[in-house]
Amino acid sequence: MKSNENLLQYTIPQLLRWRVGASPKRPALREKDYGIWNTYTWEEYYDYVRKTALGLRAIGLGKGSTIALISDNIPEVLFVAIGIHSLGGISAGVYQTSMPHEIAQIVPSLKVTAVFCDDQEQVDKVLEVRDQIPNVKKVIFDDPRGMREYMSDDWFINIRDIFKLGEEEHEKNPELFDSLVNEGKPDDICHFCLTSGTTGLPKGTMLTHKNYINMGIQLSQVDHLEPTDEYVSFLPFAWIGEQMNSFGVAMATGITINFPESVETAMSDLKEIGPHFMFGAPRIYETIQSQIWLKIDQSYWFNKIMYKYFMKVGTEAATYRMRGKTMGLGLRIKAWLGTQIIFRPLVNQIGFLRLRRAYTGGAALGPELFTFYQSIGVNLKQIYGQTEIVGIAYMHRDGDIRPETVGKPLPGTECKISEIGEILSKSDSVTPGYFELPEKTAELLEGGWLHSGDAGFIDDHGHLVVIDRVSDVMHNKQGEMFSPMFLENSLKFSPYIKEAVIYGNKEDFIACLINIDPLVVEKWAEDRGISFTTYMDLSGKPEIAELIMGAVIDVNSRAEKEHFRIKRFALLYKLLDVDDGELTKTGKLRRKFIQEKYQELYDALYDESIDNKEVEAAFQYQDGQSTTVKTTIAFYTVKGV
Amino acid sequence: MEQLTISDVTLSFGGLKALSDVNMAMDPGLITSIIGPNGAGKTSMLNCISGFYHPTVGDIVYKGKELTHASPHQVSNMGISRAFQNLELFSGLTVLDNLMLARHQHLKYSLLDAIIFFGKASRVEAENRAYVEDVIDFMELEPYRKTMVGSLSYGIQKKVEVARALTLGPDILLLDEPMAGMNQEEKEDIVRFVMDIKNERGTTVVLVEHDLGVVMDISDRLYVLDFGELIGSGTPEEVAQDPKVIDAYIGEG
Repeated sequence: MKSNENLLQYTIPQLLRWRVGASPKRPALREKDYGIWNTYTWEEYYDYVRKTALGLRAIGLGKGSTIALISDNIPEVLFVAIGIHSLGGISAGVYQTSMPHEIAQIVPSLKVTAVFCDDQEQVDKVLEVRDQIPNVKKVIFDDPRGMREYMSDDWFINIRDIFKLGEEEHEKNPELFDSLVNEGKPDDICHFCLTSGTTGLPKGTMLTHKNYINMGIQLSQVDHLEPTDEYVSFLPFAWIGEQMNSFGVAMATGITINFPESVETAMSDLKEIGPHFMFGAPRIYETIQSQIWLKIDQSYWFNKIMYKYFMKVGTEAATYRMRGKTMGLGLRIKAWLGTQIIFRPLVNQIGFLRLRRAYTGGAALGPELFTFYQSIGVNLKQIYGQTEIVGIAYMHRDGDIRPETVGKPLPGTECKISEIGEILSKSDSVTPGYFELPEKTAELLEGGWLHSGDAGFIDDHGHLVVIDRVSDVMHNKQGEMFSPMFLENSLKFSPYIKEAVIYGNKEDFIACLINIDPLVVEKWAEDRGISFTTYMDLSGKPEIAELIMGAVIDVNSRAEKEHFRIKRFALLYKLLDVDDGELTKTGKLRRKFIQEKYQELYDALYDESIDNKEVEAAFQYQDGQSTTVKTTIAFYTVKGV
Repeated sequence: MEQLTISDVTLSFGGLKALSDVNMAMDPGLITSIIGPNGAGKTSMLNCISGFYHPTVGDIVYKGKELTHASPHQVSNMGISRAFQNLELFSGLTVLDNLMLARHQHLKYSLLDAIIFFGKASRVEAENRAYVEDVIDFMELEPYRKTMVGSLSYGIQKKVEVARALTLGPDILLLDEPMAGMNQEEKEDIVRFVMDIKNERGTTVVLVEHDLGVVMDISDRLYVLDFGELIGSGTPEEVAQDPKVIDAYIGEG
């Protein structure tokens, strides 16, 4: 395999220019608009970046400027980001779901001087907190719809006008852009990536050109990517998982990035593109699995029989595939038949037919899911990393997939377990630190190692196993240690359970709140003629409680230690939600907040005399309005614990 | 664009007067709303404009042309299109096909062109598809492009109905209770679209609506009907103060 190490001498814009030289006419980006996929070649990509960069320079941005990007994934986000990188400035991703008050906090804390928004929705949020962000000189927007009345205000500028300004600058001085790009150094900071903010205000992780490019190079050392490979960009751009692909992997390997038409159409657009590799949080794979199950369930009897039979064959074959072992002739023939008859058409339905590798990261995924995807012929692999090391630092190798681990370090990544059991890493992708937070940076990079905050160990096969956050590991009253995340994940492996919150810190036993999975449980209830109205109503049904009881008993039966068993649970009347502050933007539980919000339920869980309790349920809508409803919640005790 | 003028229109069904001596003017680029209690003649008025009914007495004039006795397709050809209260869509066709079908009056090629489907026919089809895609983008219907209309929720079907009317490329858009049967969120959504239709596309909007809150918020001009008679008109503020209107809505004390 050809090494791409020489690419490390470039910055992202320099590497983009290098790509133009290497393959000017190849597609670099593709965007679906008005129902048609429009292609940008590497040459056009570079032209747009140049126009944007010089345009941004014309409105007074440059070295020392920071542009916040609050936008769905569109090519313009990359034009603006790499445009400002070319000038020696910095881009910063802000989640599109951020509320105005969050924007008012994040923007000044990162010293942002300009904001890019895709449409009026985002512009309005920025406008709402205008007086709190005096350093923002310009708001650049893409879609002019609904913005007519704003145009008299020169705080706003359309990206098309930036392009025009840039074009004029280029005509005046054609050498300028090249010389600006040449000034960049690989160790310059180019992007602030917000950490997910499980605790407090998000921190801006400073990342350099080299951080990104190194990650892209090392990833492709393990899993080779062709320049003709397709990737669909549907993760939030503010998340490291998206940037590592568009800045790192795409630049290092020359793959094509495809932008869906809208967030709602992402899955059907994915089907049209048929990507060669994808990356996603476990939730995506769980949802797709549920959809497959539903589809099979609704299919006619012959399909069901075939699916059932070949699923068994597939599962057996998967154990060989995951270990890289050779199957016997009989199994190989059966597995081949299964692939041809049922799995290829099935996988084609979701758009995974060309998929060589699917990566999951950000949280744990159940072993059953790995087996499931491997059985149907989707090469699903676990990765592990964090924002501070550009997303991926550890991953499964093909033919060596152990669901309980996160795999081995990428080439060039060193791994060490500290005395307290914390995972430490070292590589060229490690961040220089947090923006303007020297103390936090010192903590993070103590002794020259990146401190992950995760507890873990290296197993006999040399794979890294992650247990939980060092700070999240709990101890019961007897001082025995357990991992709430581990138990929550075990529960979530049941298709009926969407989310679970485990309690038990300094308590006698473990208890939990459970969110049923609306999609699967609704279908289950329908099939049994159980009528219901809302999610709240469905959660309150005794039949559903019985169903969940089964899942809890199942988890208990697999518990490695006595004190891992769950004694009491209740079904929560609403889905835990990002808007209500219960989950982080990347879908992780915010334990402290949840504990405080549902204190009443917590108390009742630990008072074994309570079977029912009336509570007031508060809901918050996306526009900020809230309302309360009275409901009764039942508490269930698992027998024999 | 010119004003749509309705002068002294009376519509009788036998002895029943659905409309009597009604005068209205719809100014270009504005949202004009017709309100009134049930059976006040709001929909009858729209039917008269769109050519489904023909007034017994009076004139409807647009662009210097009499519309009084024009048939629905003639009205439509003049740039007046209508979204119906009860959805008039082909539920067995996809959203895209429904909208493409609505463009049929703009598909100007012969049967022979269509059979060969080369040159003119394919070019015209592509142009019309581009127009339809623009409307799909405008009404944010991308996720439903290839979905059967019949399998969509009522709120989305209403949006498709409005989109279908927009696809005709009208100068004047008649909306008959676009918000009926919708929840608050869907209503707010439609309101935004109605505002955008006026502001972004410069289309004149004639709105018949029950929801007074919405009407008062977005209309530039209001006409109030009661038992077929015009009992008030003016800006929303003026109408809200009008004692006759208050009587008609709240009833005499």
